[in-house]
Amino acid sequence: MKTILYIIQKEFLQIFRDRMMLPIIFVIPIFQLLILAHAATFEIKYVDLGIIDLDQSLASRALVRKFEASPFFRVKARSFSLDKLSEEMQNSRVEQILYIPANFNNELENKHPVKIQLITDAVDGAAAGIMNTYALSIVKDFNRNLLIQSKTLPLNIKSIETRTSYWYNPDLDYKTFMIPGILVLLVSIIGLFLSGLNIVKEKEIGTIEQLNVTPIKKHHFIIGKLTPFWFIAMFDLFFGLVLAKFVFHIPIVGSIGLIIFVASIYLVLVLGIGLFISTLADTQQQAMFIAWFFVVIFILLSGLFMPVENMPDWAQVINIINPIAYFIDFMRMVMLKGARFADVSYHIISITIYAILSISLATWRYKKVV
Amino acid sequence: MISIKNLYKSYGNIQALKDISVEIHEGELFGFIGPDGAGKTTLFRILTSLLIPDSGSARVIDLDVVNDYKKLRTQLGYMPGRFSLYQDLTVEENLNFFAGIFKTTLQENYELIKPIYHQIEPFKKRRAGDLSGGMKQKLALSCALIHKPKVLFLDEPTTGVDAVSRKEFWEMLQSLKKQGITIVVSTPYMDEAALCDRIALIQKGELLDIDKPQNIIDRYSHFLYGIKADRMYDLVNQLREHPQCLSAYLFGEYIHFASISEIDINQLKEDIVNSGIEQVEIIQLKANIEDSFMDLMAKAEK
Repeated sequence: MKTILYIIQKEFLQIFRDRMMLPIIFVIPIFQLLILAHAATFEIKYVDLGIIDLDQSLASRALVRKFEASPFFRVKARSFSLDKLSEEMQNSRVEQILYIPANFNNELENKHPVKIQLITDAVDGAAAGIMNTYALSIVKDFNRNLLIQSKTLPLNIKSIETRTSYWYNPDLDYKTFMIPGILVLLVSIIGLFLSGLNIVKEKEIGTIEQLNVTPIKKHHFIIGKLTPFWFIAMFDLFFGLVLAKFVFHIPIVGSIGLIIFVASIYLVLVLGIGLFISTLADTQQQAMFIAWFFVVIFILLSGLFMPVENMPDWAQVINIINPIAYFIDFMRMVMLKGARFADVSYHIISITIYAILSISLATWRYKKVV
Repeated sequence: MISIKNLYKSYGNIQALKDISVEIHEGELFGFIGPDGAGKTTLFRILTSLLIPDSGSARVIDLDVVNDYKKLRTQLGYMPGRFSLYQDLTVEENLNFFAGIFKTTLQENYELIKPIYHQIEPFKKRRAGDLSGGMKQKLALSCALIHKPKVLFLDEPTTGVDAVSRKEFWEMLQSLKKQGITIVVSTPYMDEAALCDRIALIQKGELLDIDKPQNIIDRYSHFLYGIKADRMYDLVNQLREHPQCLSAYLFGEYIHFASISEIDINQLKEDIVNSGIEQVEIIQLKANIEDSFMDLMAKAEK
């Protein structure tokens, strides 16, 4: 037991003597939260619109005015030439083009169906979908007014009115959605990289040789090595939660105690993977590459940036072994929905089993290799 | 004290150790002498329980290096060839850490390491990485001694250390020997062999000879001459053509020329001068340990 304390003491001495460590521990969380929370957003503030109104009639101007009045659209260009606006779109100066043909008003008055055209820059498919939805809702609204005006529909028609309410994130604030996930990212990266690299460093500089001729037991060494990083990652999670609550004003609906409890298990899992990587690698460079390989795959599949449900089946299968996916889902449920123990028991059980597996596998391999 | 029997170890196709058997007595200062790649480090790693031999056995302090490694590790001190302490920790922190994991304290064994440690004590707040080569050796030796080991393994302790520090280091070993610690040391430097009680010459994983340094030298059976002249390189080549020549190589300012039978020095000198080389000087030499080693190596090659 005392041996473990000696190792922990030594680790903390080395960690705090490393001039890069304090910035890593304090600055990385702040930057990740600041940059990722603000930058990683799918919200579209406004659409740069180009307008071609070949009709120049009352009706066509009414439609254009509706677009102008919408907070989502910024009219960037007007022209009578589709070629000219196509060029503008090519240069990314406009994102969407509204094309009103010359016979728009006439056809409407003759009660013929009319066609207008919407051209959308769809390089970013997700954004194009959102832009299209915005534009269509304006056109639909315009259409409804026309119908009422032309009295083809009785004025007192009982139309269906949709009222949308957004639960758990009423303002549709993207930060609210992102920050629980970014906190997970934070502790995963800190835990995985620090532990993986640290043990490989002992191999690389040869100190492991001197340690191996001492009576240190392997499990003493592993516990002594991993404990400091467990504390650092826990500290960072706590620090991140404080930032989220008081700087970003993210509502934390669920129990902080539950978050800390599950995080403490989750970190055992992450440190286990770190230790496992350190048994595969001989140099810090190798360890870095292996760790990145896992982290990139796990993060992209985790549902941090895109919903897991939209991924192909095989990708969803991979997520069964993706620890980050479990913890992100857990964090969102607890922080935003206020999920209680029973609601997330599946996540907790999965993380616990995974933690036991990863630390045992890593310990077994460590004993075999070193 | 240490009993090595028929030890074999190979890495893939490379035979690192071949049938090594040595007995080392208690309180002895024993040296393994051999060039780089001879297998010294492999042997030390087996004796310190870091490597498992392919076959054969080794017992250190009557403990088997494979089966009793746990107990053995509490009683041996090992100083690897490469500096293996924490460079980012201070002298004092390194010592306290190693004392701690051996369940002892610096104070408890201060007397044992004092002669070595007091030389670096003024720098105890300095990081190990900032020490000079010689001071690093002293710190490493202090750390290896901190738990009062019964036997000390030093793998090439003086490689890369300046001449003065090397001399000091050997003096420290002699004083540790007086305290009853068995010391096993390896070195590629032949001149250090004479400072050991007994030595084993090792080459390509095989033992060539084990004995007191003087006995090995005394067994040298050839006639040895030291020759110098103005064009040493041409001279070496010429001597190698000599019918009586066993070996001829440059050693310091003389060429060591070993011959099968006794040679008439004046005759040899005349022959050399006739070939156009001047300022020729020939003396009769006593073999040193390096001559013996070269001779044993040549015999092993055949």
